[in-house]
Amino acid sequence: MTWADNIGAALRGLNANKLRSSLTVLGILIGVAAVILLVAVGNGSSQAVQNKIKLLGTNTITIVNRGRFGRGPSTTGTQTQASTITAADVAQLEDPTQAPDILTVSPVITASETADYQAASTSVTVTGTTPTYMGAEDYQLEAGQQITSADVTNHALVVVIGQDLVTNLYEPGTNPIGTDISFGATQFQVVGVLANKGSSSGEDLNDVALVPYTAAEDQLTGYATSFTELIVQATSSKTVNAAENEASDILASDNHTSVADLPFTLINESSLLSTSASTNETFTVLLGAVAAISLLVGGIGIMNIMLVTVTERTREIGIRKAIGAPRGAILGQFLTEAVMLSLLGGIAGVTIGLIGSRFRIVGVKPVVAPTSIIEAFFVAVAIGVFFGFYPANRAASLRPIDALRHE
Amino acid sequence: MTYLGNGQAPLLPSELSAPDGSAPAEQRTAPVIALRQITKTYRLGEVEVQALRGVSLVIERGEFVAIMGASGSGKSTLMNIIGLLDIPSHGRYWLDDVDVRNLDELALSRVRNRKIGFVFQSFNLIPRTTALANVELPLIYAGVKSKERRQRSEAALEQVGMTDRMHHLPNEMSGGQQQRVAVARAIVTNPSLILADEPTGNLDSRSSEDVMAVFADLYAAGRTVVLITHEADIAQYAERVVRVRDGLILSDERMVDATLARPSLGSAP
Ligand SMILES: Nc1ncnc2c1ncn2[C@@H]1O[C@H](COP(=O)(O)OP(=O)(O)O)[C@@H](O)[C@H]1O
Ligand SMILES: [Mg+2]
Repeated sequence: MTWADNIGAALRGLNANKLRSSLTVLGILIGVAAVILLVAVGNGSSQAVQNKIKLLGTNTITIVNRGRFGRGPSTTGTQTQASTITAADVAQLEDPTQAPDILTVSPVITASETADYQAASTSVTVTGTTPTYMGAEDYQLEAGQQITSADVTNHALVVVIGQDLVTNLYEPGTNPIGTDISFGATQFQVVGVLANKGSSSGEDLNDVALVPYTAAEDQLTGYATSFTELIVQATSSKTVNAAENEASDILASDNHTSVADLPFTLINESSLLSTSASTNETFTVLLGAVAAISLLVGGIGIMNIMLVTVTERTREIGIRKAIGAPRGAILGQFLTEAVMLSLLGGIAGVTIGLIGSRFRIVGVKPVVAPTSIIEAFFVAVAIGVFFGFYPANRAASLRPIDALRHE
Repeated sequence: MTYLGNGQAPLLPSELSAPDGSAPAEQRTAPVIALRQITKTYRLGEVEVQALRGVSLVIERGEFVAIMGASGSGKSTLMNIIGLLDIPSHGRYWLDDVDVRNLDELALSRVRNRKIGFVFQSFNLIPRTTALANVELPLIYAGVKSKERRQRSEAALEQVGMTDRMHHLPNEMSGGQQQRVAVARAIVTNPSLILADEPTGNLDSRSSEDVMAVFADLYAAGRTVVLITHEADIAQYAERVVRVRDGLILSDERMVDATLARPSLGSAP
């Protein structure tokens, strides 16, 4: 009995009961498609978080003064004393012996300004900072150069502008480099243009203009007692939490207080997101498990149908044995039928799963994991073998005379 | 039953005497079938049914034997044992000098496939499968390649006069046609032994004649044919009639008029 004979006989057997066969195939199809789709949805939402982490910048912690940006000042009297982030704090944080896991510290002063260039005018958030800011926040230069340490020292009136300013202030095709734009009364010379950066949770990352913080203090905000915030960049993604601890320790000792009473908030967004990413992974595993159960149920469906088939065709089995079918041939025939059901279900399930994953599901763009396709497919086939074996073996073990007498 | 006096010593089939007291077995070629003291007991809950009570029978190569008897006398039970579909409760059975007790399941299926062609009263064609595919089936199990399979199946169908119904399904054929396809399936592997359990039991007389003509041809070609019937005119095709009653052989006689048994090919009235 060759493979071709076996497959031919199996197809004829399945064809004899089209509706029954289709429903059984449907069981496996749903299982396989569910595995592929749900894992893809889980993957998609993990990947969305990963992308957010990438947009955030590289391994940064944002330190903001709670008095100004926190959840509102406490009404109990002692808290009214203004806590400040000063240049001295920055110097300590930057010290590699005190804070080995901190790579850079960028002070930030922001001011909302109206930017004018010739007749055009637009509002912009001006960020006064140091050269390390661009690296920490993952900004790339499209043209020109960035702010230098010398610019900071010299209180130079230079600006690196984001894409929003380019489109809002300049005629298309104009090169902004070298032009002067004014924020209020002060003219700044454009020295660089930032590359386009997407938006993160509604915040337009292209709405920026970077100037030396010394110049911002001079011209825009007036001498401030404190920076608006500090962007602390850790040496690597693994040291973000260590860097956060070092920063809070240093700030606590500078302010003669404990870490718990620190008047600053340290926002470690990447750690929040990686928590949510790992939650997502758990979620993906859970979804996959639920889908795998439906695949298992499909397998039980195969077993059920094959048992019915064997019972129905007991007489046929008797005839085949009477004309010399060896046990192995009967086993092969019914096992092939079972595997054929699961194979068809597997192929159809992969197809449906792939089609389904082209659509957005509950707000998530599914990302198909190639391994989930291969796994679901082979598990489906293995299920056919596993659940088909018992009924097939039952058929093969029948004694010819008993099978022939079966009504 | 004189040989029972031999005590424990196993008896070779050749030592069994021929039923009609003619020449002893060892002077002829080895018998195809040798049964010694075959019994078969069915147990239905508390009740025991003795279908065979000790049947000894020798059938030589090339014989055409009819087994006759009333319904329930044990004919089918005997035939199923001869055809290796069932096993006796006691007694021994040599098929072509091989004690079938020594054959394992795989060997039994191989013997059923190569040496025996079985024809049933109820045709037993596989449903939803064409005549040709039904006839090809034993050859599939014999491992014959598809091209040769096809040729041999067509030849077998031609032999039973069913060439024009080759691609018909069983439910598209009359009983006589189905039975002829079943005969084609039984002979397609060129078995030396053809067993038929009331092959004409479900057929009208016209179809019965068609089917019996095929058996007569096979007998004429030298095959051993064992056939169960309770119709006297069917038994007349045989050269030897064994009568069974209550699980025992009642009589075993050679037909005086054996001319009926060898009609010339295709000249049936
Ligand atoms: N599978 C079985 N279980 C129980 N009794 C059986 C079975 N097969 C046959 N018998 C009994 O054995 C006896 C002989 O049956 P069978 O060989 O079929 O007779 P025949 O073919 O001569 O009509 C009958 O009494 C029948 O009832
Ligand atoms: Mg009977």
